[in-house]
Amino acid sequence: MLDVVKTIPIEYYVYLSSLLFCIGVFGVLIRRNAIVVLMCIELMLNAVNLLLAAFSTYLSDAQGQIMVFFIMVVAAAEAAVGLGILVMIFRNTKSTDIYSLDSLKH
Amino acid sequence: MSLAVFLILAAASVLFALLVVFTKNPVHSVIYLILAFFAIAGQYVLLNAQFLAVVHIIVYAGAIMVLFLFVLMLLNLNMDTEPTQTGRWKLGAAIAAGMLLVTFIGALKGGIQLSAVTDHNPQVGLVQNLGRVLFTDFVVPFEIAGILFLAAMVGAVMVGKRDVTI
Amino acid sequence: MEKLIPLIPFLPFLGFAVNGLFGRNWSKSTVGLIGSGTLLVSFLLSVACFNQVAATGPIHTVLYNFLTVDSLSVNFSFLVDQLSVWMMLIVTGVGFLIHVYSIGYMHDDEGFWKFFAYLNLFIFSMLLLVMGDNLVMLFFGWEGVGLCSYLLIGFWYTNKDFSKAARKAFIMNRIGDLGLLLGIFLIFKTFGSVTYTDIFARIETVNPDPAIMTTICLLLFVGAMGKSAQIPLYTWLPDAMAGPTPVSALIHAATMVTAGIYLVARCNPLYNLSPDALSVVAAIGLITSIWAGLIGLRQNDIKKVLAYSTVSQLGLMFVSLGMGAYVSAMFHVTTHAFFKALLFLGAGSVIHAMGGEQDIRNMGGLRKSLPVTFWIFVVGTFAISGFPLLAGFFSKDEIFANTYAAGGSLWWGLAGLGGLITAIYMCRLLFVTFFGNFRGTAEQKHHLHESPGVMTIPLIVLAILSVAGGFLNTPHFLHLGTPQWMAHFLEPVVRNTNLAHGGEPHHLPESTEWALMAFTTSLALLVIIISYFVYAVRRSLPVADTDQTGLTRLLARKFYVDEIYDFLFVKPTEKISQLLHYFADVWAIDGLVNGVGSGIKVLGAQFRKLQNGNMEYYLLGMVVGAVLLFLTLFM
Repeated sequence: MLDVVKTIPIEYYVYLSSLLFCIGVFGVLIRRNAIVVLMCIELMLNAVNLLLAAFSTYLSDAQGQIMVFFIMVVAAAEAAVGLGILVMIFRNTKSTDIYSLDSLKH
Repeated sequence: MSLAVFLILAAASVLFALLVVFTKNPVHSVIYLILAFFAIAGQYVLLNAQFLAVVHIIVYAGAIMVLFLFVLMLLNLNMDTEPTQTGRWKLGAAIAAGMLLVTFIGALKGGIQLSAVTDHNPQVGLVQNLGRVLFTDFVVPFEIAGILFLAAMVGAVMVGKRDVTI
Repeated sequence: MEKLIPLIPFLPFLGFAVNGLFGRNWSKSTVGLIGSGTLLVSFLLSVACFNQVAATGPIHTVLYNFLTVDSLSVNFSFLVDQLSVWMMLIVTGVGFLIHVYSIGYMHDDEGFWKFFAYLNLFIFSMLLLVMGDNLVMLFFGWEGVGLCSYLLIGFWYTNKDFSKAARKAFIMNRIGDLGLLLGIFLIFKTFGSVTYTDIFARIETVNPDPAIMTTICLLLFVGAMGKSAQIPLYTWLPDAMAGPTPVSALIHAATMVTAGIYLVARCNPLYNLSPDALSVVAAIGLITSIWAGLIGLRQNDIKKVLAYSTVSQLGLMFVSLGMGAYVSAMFHVTTHAFFKALLFLGAGSVIHAMGGEQDIRNMGGLRKSLPVTFWIFVVGTFAISGFPLLAGFFSKDEIFANTYAAGGSLWWGLAGLGGLITAIYMCRLLFVTFFGNFRGTAEQKHHLHESPGVMTIPLIVLAILSVAGGFLNTPHFLHLGTPQWMAHFLEPVVRNTNLAHGGEPHHLPESTEWALMAFTTSLALLVIIISYFVYAVRRSLPVADTDQTGLTRLLARKFYVDEIYDFLFVKPTEKISQLLHYFADVWAIDGLVNGVGSGIKVLGAQFRKLQNGNMEYYLLGMVVGAVLLFLTLFM
């Protein structure tokens, strides 16, 4: 089953995760809905996860995959708290538009 | 054979990722993101990390994205209510993200040498091996992660309460 | 005993701290008790020191090393030798009497506690000045007494003239201080030390150039000039009479102004190497003595007369120093402290009785209403005029005799003239104030009263000292008591030196001494008698300033020195200051500072746009930053 190591160069995985990561960054930059922004952040985390898993396999080292678990933990915690905060914000501002979160300015 | 699978999965994940970003309706965004996650899970299977793939599906598609969906429905945001960014801002964001990509790839091409080890151990990604490493070398981070979860849970409950009197 | 020596200056300091911090809320008797009590203990300790020094010699106490820079090492240490213990006795003794007097004099003043705090601080500084074993300690004290002088002259600071007088005194003193400081620097450069014993011990080995010695001595003398009010820096002292009268008595007559004399006497080994500097000291002293005396002749403010008298007497002391008669100068410092404190306090008693009136033309006939003050004033006046067997008689006679021996008849004549003028204006003051008819208002007449006991008892003690003080150092040829007792006591530190005769003290033939003494004494007596007839019997009164003509007008206006200084120094300085104010300060410095400020403001207004509170911008910035980071990492 490990012909993947021989047939696919590791660079492909790096390119793929870089591309996914940058799509995530792009989404964070252009979307104004805070929930979608959070989703884009999940996408970025997954890009990193993919890279870690790829390196783990290519280097025969389980630590990479363990790291992926920990990132999942952080992502899940972040999603829980972040969405909680968003619900709170929505209750107060009736909006999830991040442009409405400019009270720092005033 | 593997290369073909890889390319198909890669194309699917990139396509769904782009759809997440460009779809107006946030509920559709969630659905596309789940699809993108399935594609990434396929990559994990390809990389012989079956346990990771399963956990990925359960945690992301099963838990986190459902949470997102719940919140969207709770807030009744399934309609396309999001105002769009200006064109100039979009251009700026595209340039910034593109430059980031170019920088990553440039860095890879420029100097980093990647090489795989020759004697591969196909057992690395199996649950037995992962479990041993997780509960021996990484037992302390594992426990700390548990505490983190607990804290996040309490935090989420506190934040979500309707009338918080702290 | 050695352990107790630091207590002598620090007890008054404690008094200052306690009174200054808490005195506001305490009763006046508590404050007065603390102020005088600490000083009484200091005085008793000084007496103990005196006995110890007389028995076993100098005591040296090192408290701690104050600073060490390269080869300069300054200790905070006290040298109690014959000279400093002598000064300590004067400072604490006369200081104590004046403190007690102040309890009565300042009784109605709301700044009572502040006054005592300042007085105690002054005593502390003055003790540091005389007790320090090096020039830096002396400089501490020197500046400390200057500060206290400023604070006390301007004690009634709500009066603009008074605070101006305080400023004048401070600035004039600063000019002198600069000289002193330069002198100390030059001494350190030449001898490599600032400690008296080291400096004097190294004179032989260093063998400095006479020109350098003269420079050092003249620079130190500039400091002495400022502190001891000699021409050209004397004008602050008459103005310093703006302060309360006990201050005038303590600081501007008895102790602080004699710091210059102390400095020269302390540095006598240096001055002995420079006959030129001694000549300058003598000449300045002589000119000041006569000059101030002449001005004093036509002053009508009771304290101003005494102030010019002080300047004149200080001049006489410098003549004595210049003649190498250091001990005679110290002797005159001592007797002068007694009778001038007495006169000032007597004047204070008069002013107290007159309800603040200071013009002698509005007094007269006070002898009946103020008997104690009158007799005290008589003692003081006769003592300063040289009435036989009173304190001033001996000390002035000794100065005249030394001047005759070292400087010849011309110097003697001029110094004698200064002494004669003193007798004239003092008698004028006495007779105009206490004889004749009362010339004040009816209200003042009704109000006239003798001062309370707390004021008169110190006066009586001082009067006894003024009578008996002369017997400390009687001349040999009179065979009274122990001749030259003080000179013998001070001999290890300082002794009369006649440079013209190989450094030996003068020895005039007894007949010459008798003749000199008889001549000056008869002149003084003559002056007293003539003044009595002119002012007490004929009751001629000083005319108003505006009616005076010619020379008397010149004298009454103090030779126009203040006006000349004003024109020569003050006005140009003000002009330059104004120019500097507009160009250097307002235009350049303020412009620079404000320019920096407004520049930052403009920049801030621009940068503010970055902080628009919009998260998208921050995220974009973060991404661009990450890109730049990667670029720098991998390029």
